[in-house]
Amino acid sequence: MKIRIKFRKWGVMKFVGHLDMMRYFQKAMRRANIDICYSEGFSPHQIMSFASPLGVGLTSDGEYLDIEVNSLASSAEAVDALNAVMVEGVEILSCVKLPDHAKTAMSIVAAADYRLSYKEGFESPCSADEWREIIQREFWDKPEFLILKKTKKSERELDLKPFVYRFEVEDCGSPVFVLSVSTGSTDNIKPELVLASVCEKCGYPYREEEIQIHRTEVYARENGRLVALSDMGEMIP
Amino acid sequence: MIKPALSDEILLKIEKPARYIGNEVNSVVKEKEGKLRFAFCFPDVYEIGMSHLGIQILYDMFNRREDVWCERVYSPWPDLAAILKERQIPLFCLESQEPVKNADFLGFTLQYEMCYTNVLQVLELSRIPLWARDRTESDPIVIGGGPCTYNPEPIADFFDCFYIGEGETRYDELFDLYRSMKDQGKGRAEFLHEAAKLEGIYVPSLYEARYHADGTIASFQPIAPDIPAQVKRQVVSDLTQAVYPEKPVVPFLKATQDRVVLEIQRGCIRGCRFCQAGMIYRPNREKDVDRLKEQAFAMLASTGHEEISLSSLSSSDYNQLGELLDYLIEECDRKHINISLPSLRIDAFSLDIMKKVQDVKKSSLTFAPEAGSQRLRNVINKGLTVEDILGGAGQAFAGGWNKVKLYFMLGLPTETEVDMRAIPELANEIAALYYETVPKEERNGRCQITISTSFFVPKPFTPFQWATMQEKGEYLRRAKIVNDHMKEQLNHKSIRYNWHEADVTVIEGVLARGDRRLSNVILHVYEHGGVFDAWSDFFDYGRWLNAFDACGIDIDFYNTRERGEDEIFPWDFIDVGVSREFLLREWRAALAGDVTPNCRARCSGCGAKQYGGGVCYEDPN
Repeated sequence: MKIRIKFRKWGVMKFVGHLDMMRYFQKAMRRANIDICYSEGFSPHQIMSFASPLGVGLTSDGEYLDIEVNSLASSAEAVDALNAVMVEGVEILSCVKLPDHAKTAMSIVAAADYRLSYKEGFESPCSADEWREIIQREFWDKPEFLILKKTKKSERELDLKPFVYRFEVEDCGSPVFVLSVSTGSTDNIKPELVLASVCEKCGYPYREEEIQIHRTEVYARENGRLVALSDMGEMIP
Repeated sequence: MIKPALSDEILLKIEKPARYIGNEVNSVVKEKEGKLRFAFCFPDVYEIGMSHLGIQILYDMFNRREDVWCERVYSPWPDLAAILKERQIPLFCLESQEPVKNADFLGFTLQYEMCYTNVLQVLELSRIPLWARDRTESDPIVIGGGPCTYNPEPIADFFDCFYIGEGETRYDELFDLYRSMKDQGKGRAEFLHEAAKLEGIYVPSLYEARYHADGTIASFQPIAPDIPAQVKRQVVSDLTQAVYPEKPVVPFLKATQDRVVLEIQRGCIRGCRFCQAGMIYRPNREKDVDRLKEQAFAMLASTGHEEISLSSLSSSDYNQLGELLDYLIEECDRKHINISLPSLRIDAFSLDIMKKVQDVKKSSLTFAPEAGSQRLRNVINKGLTVEDILGGAGQAFAGGWNKVKLYFMLGLPTETEVDMRAIPELANEIAALYYETVPKEERNGRCQITISTSFFVPKPFTPFQWATMQEKGEYLRRAKIVNDHMKEQLNHKSIRYNWHEADVTVIEGVLARGDRRLSNVILHVYEHGGVFDAWSDFFDYGRWLNAFDACGIDIDFYNTRERGEDEIFPWDFIDVGVSREFLLREWRAALAGDVTPNCRARCSGCGAKQYGGGVCYEDPN
């Protein structure tokens, strides 16, 4: 049975990297007595995969991992059992059963939502309204938004506009940038790249130590529409 | 959630920030009001320190007390250490993220001599004066424990006190004393004076060493009449009933020991004459198998680890090993948990077990003959014969194994070239056995025999505490003899040889059997940039030689000088429970090449029976 787990990561847990989070969840499955499936062989490993690695320093309200289990009581019980063995800074939000033929989250991720905000002790050089104007003028009003995308092998020019689905500013005392961007194995766009490119255009340098990046949701594309990964399964009553 | 001591900016700049955030599964956070605060430090990097069983045991025991909060501290990696220094950020405890200096006690576990410079760095970064004599009422009591405290003298001036022996027994009394003295408004000097009267607590400032003109010790005496002349090693008599952490802390980072560690016994019946652990953990005490089953089950459940390892000096000597392994294999198979089996004697029983828990093709067999010739093995009292080794290897080859690791020491007392040459000859014999007994069509390629040699360092409270060491060049000459002779062997293509660095050995030798005059050397090394000396990337032999020079200390006095049978050693004030007469008897037996039987075969009257437990009281039937 294929199961998709959604969780939240916050506080100091943002300093625990992706590989260590995988190890953390493998141990958590055992502590919570989840009847997870194992591979064969002398060093069996759990059938588990993460939707999209979250970088060190990022927090999230929408992280996903898929597992396969032999049996599972109910969604609510599984969530409770896992939350009982979590550390502060990781919280299980939901647990749904996927159709048997479902592909892993990792292979279908298409987009993700982010909120980028100023960290405590840092101030925005301009107001939310001013940012809205800048983004409208420098990004949305332009026919294309070309940047140099560097990969290990080469540099290529890329138009960001087709990969940015939402780029807005909320006023929460200080400006918060709300972005929705293309994510996944092809066309993986980092939200800070979008913001930094705009900052560069208007002369406000982007300083990564000032900005907290927070992921809020991860999506797959189904029949041309973006669907949150957890909406692709059903609760087990 | 507790706010980290370090800013986001710093944590995102350094390597592996998860070393410094605390918050791990099973770590303990308490309301700090009214608590006795104990900062427990393993003076090395987090991943090494988190692998240490001793801290896990005492962390659990201390935190069971409602009035105590024990936290952990590790050496910051050089990247962070530089930032702490530059920005004047005090070193902090992981749980509270508060400065170490706020603690009542700062405890160090001293597992190897080469960590001493790290101790000084932790003190400095915590803003605690390095010299014990410079500390004031606002500083924590700095206490040391662990194997290096069986000769604490080289670092005695940096510590307020040492705990000699197994921590399970006496810490409660020490904490009670601290609380009551504090309630009475007494200061650290008064506390330390009273603490020195507790069995097992050594307060260096209350003892004075006098020296002969030749540099050897003339006397070592307490400076006050009410302070005991001898400090008695503390021992848990019943290990089955002793505290053991059922919820060990689980690191986020992959620690060196990323598994449940089940201590099945303490001590060893074998009595190898070079082995300090085999002497200072006497008597051998087994834990009851039913208790071990409960503990294994509880620890696997509370940690979620995917592997369990048995811990002891010689697991094959544990009487109920068969029953324990049957239980573990069944339980672990069901839960998809790996079992790792260190320190097993290779025989039919262990090979059968290993086949069940390991992939034969990938795993290797380990033998530790320690010396190449039977003569030298008798000298060191290592009861492993060529027949044992070839018998075990033969069965293993028949079972499909083809990798063998062999561990030896060079520089053992009485060693000659014959003994050195015997090392590759033994490896060649094992390789020959493979080609003679395994038919070509069943071979999985060549057999791979790996020889590793380390250089022997004599340790306090062993029969070899009287032994002389060699100079660096002589060690390397001996390694070359082994290497050259290895190349002359018929099966040399199946043999690989690795040897350890000789310069670290020289320094370890001095620190292992040194005295109080060495504290200046250690400080000099630290002040000239020495830290993480246990790491070959950081160890700098020249820096140590300069320090000895600058302090006017002669390495040969500690390493190559002959020690007389009556010489007073710096560590002789410790009553380790094994008598000096026994050690001397064993030293003489070693030189005569006489073997002493193990504790189960016959009691040799070492003195450990006074602790009232373990093998000394086992029913021989």
